[in-house]
Amino acid sequence: MSRAVRKTAGAEGWTGPLLSVEDLNVQFKTRDGLVRAVNGVSFELNAGETIAILGESGSGKSVTAQAVMGILDMPPASIPKGSIRLKGRELVGLSEKDYREIRGTQIAMIFQDALSSLNPVISVGEQIAEMYRLHDGLSRSDAKTAAIDVMQRVRIPAAAQRFGDYPHQFSGGMRQRIMIAMMISQRPQLLIADEPTTALDVTVQAQVMELLAELQRDSDMGLILITHDLGVVADVAQRITVMYAGRTMEQGTVDEIYDQPANPYTIGLLESIPKLAETVERLPAIRGLPPNLLQVPPGCPFHPRCPLAQDVCRRDPRPPLETVSEGHVSSCWFAKEVHARGGLRV
Amino acid sequence: MAVFESDPVLSESDPVLKVVDLAKDYPITRGILFRKQIGTVSAVDGISFELPRAQTLAIVGESGCGKSTVGRLLVGLERPTRGSVFVDGVDLATLSPKALLAKRRDIQIVLQDPYTSLDPRSTVRKIIGEPFDIHPSALPKGKTKKAMVGELMDRVGLNPEFANRYPHQFSGGQRQRIGIARALALRPKIIIADEPVSALDVSIQAQVMNLLMDLRDDFGLSYVFVSHDLSVVRQIADRVLVMYLGRLAEIGSEPQIFEHSTHPYTQALLSAVPVPDPQHQRERESITLGGDLPSPAAPPSACRFHTRCWKAQEICSIETPLPRQLLGEGHLVACHFAEERSMIGTAAGGGDQAQRREP
Repeated sequence: MSRAVRKTAGAEGWTGPLLSVEDLNVQFKTRDGLVRAVNGVSFELNAGETIAILGESGSGKSVTAQAVMGILDMPPASIPKGSIRLKGRELVGLSEKDYREIRGTQIAMIFQDALSSLNPVISVGEQIAEMYRLHDGLSRSDAKTAAIDVMQRVRIPAAAQRFGDYPHQFSGGMRQRIMIAMMISQRPQLLIADEPTTALDVTVQAQVMELLAELQRDSDMGLILITHDLGVVADVAQRITVMYAGRTMEQGTVDEIYDQPANPYTIGLLESIPKLAETVERLPAIRGLPPNLLQVPPGCPFHPRCPLAQDVCRRDPRPPLETVSEGHVSSCWFAKEVHARGGLRV
Repeated sequence: MAVFESDPVLSESDPVLKVVDLAKDYPITRGILFRKQIGTVSAVDGISFELPRAQTLAIVGESGCGKSTVGRLLVGLERPTRGSVFVDGVDLATLSPKALLAKRRDIQIVLQDPYTSLDPRSTVRKIIGEPFDIHPSALPKGKTKKAMVGELMDRVGLNPEFANRYPHQFSGGQRQRIGIARALALRPKIIIADEPVSALDVSIQAQVMNLLMDLRDDFGLSYVFVSHDLSVVRQIADRVLVMYLGRLAEIGSEPQIFEHSTHPYTQALLSAVPVPDPQHQRERESITLGGDLPSPAAPPSACRFHTRCWKAQEICSIETPLPRQLLGEGHLVACHFAEERSMIGTAAGGGDQAQRREP
């Protein structure tokens, strides 16, 4: 399939959002019962924009990403409700064959652990070149040239000499660069990065984030960053969705979320992380544990841990997403009051 | 560096732990039947520090810098190639095996991964009670092991009724509490905590850190806290040792390192920590280091940091910089071109006055 054909696979002259996810629900059938991993999550992403999905383990952030990428095992997973549209084209319910055309070429994904995503017995150069041969139909030698080219773009030193090296011969940061090279080789419109820097050292983390931001600027790609780290997203994402127990707790621009959060969970997270610029006697920790997804408490899922919880929070229905300012929504019965207090508790 | 007297007189002001010129080499071998050594990896090279009673010394650095190896050397999981470890003034290397076993009670370790460091087929009671099987004398008179395990569980915030459960029935944060209870069982003086909160969720990290700080205050514990996370270190440490490829880069008090860092590597580390404040993040100065950590099997000559350092001159690859005092008391830096530079915007009130600038 030539590149020209692929470009028109999305709607020509599309002016709406690159990706729109609406009321997405994902559930898993398990031996112990039905796990509702994602419940009514919605967000939009424009070309050239970066959004972050922030959450702890079990929040549903990675399952959301896997649903967009179409890599959920169905069954046990299923999408009972909701829609995922890429340039207006519905992806939910797409056949595996059609999805395969989209994956890699229009949507690409990088994972936390690059070593287990790469084939250990094929040289990294070959693995990148394979993308060009399979998707672009390039000849072996053209594919090699293109692969070295893209390896240089992600700044792998001495790319031509390292073409024949195997994944274990690279450091963690370099492996993540190789993954990024493989993914951008097909010029996807949307890149999903699931904890791309979590396994890396801080100095290397900074390099990789910078690289991602730069590649995105150059190519007008949309980027979804899945992370648990409130620090990593602060200067790269434009908008943030905070998830808890499979639900959207809060959504807004990065400045709004950090400066004037409107959800007690977001506030708890921001307060409980240790700060580099100051020391405190005690960290204001969030009490308790995240819920078991088989027994999510009624009402607001955060109420057993919330310092503001009232009777209304302990009963169904769950609090709806309330708009506190333009483009800033929060799922909390007291969203407006929390927001008006200008954020942090003290 | 002064060598310890052979007959130590214990006083409160003496450090509980003193490490002098600690080093660990690992052989690189080739061949299966006929093994021959073809080189060495110097994982730790000449680390010295003192840990005052009831204080926390943090060891920070990138992966592969040798910080965990130092922790393992201190608890005796590895034998040092060179150097001495003094606990309460006693050189561990001079002790008989029996005396060493008794002394080991004083140093315990908490490991990073609560999923792999607990035996999945043992109950929590067995895991926490096991230290008493090795050191029966550690059990207080008139107390059963069962009662002690219950007390320990209660102390770390676990319900003692769950003593018959298995590790997989607990969450990550709770498992880390089990590991902490086990380390506390023998009433040690020193706990080596190797990345104890790194594998935990954000909202659980703070709980476990608060627990560690409470235990330190209640039991007068001293910690060696090994971590890559500088924000976490800032909260818990009294002193900070920055390591690079097995060697000391800089050591000093928490305010000295965080507010008045002088080693280019410390400065780069501080500037790379992501800060959860978009405004600050966009405006602050950042130093991005080129390249990766070199292989410890073939470390760069002289100053091992010179291949990634923006200040490097010819001398850095010829002459090894020795730790020297540049600013305050107890603040040592190993760099030819060390220079104070503030890397983090300080919050109102800023740093302690602990640092007095001297010419």
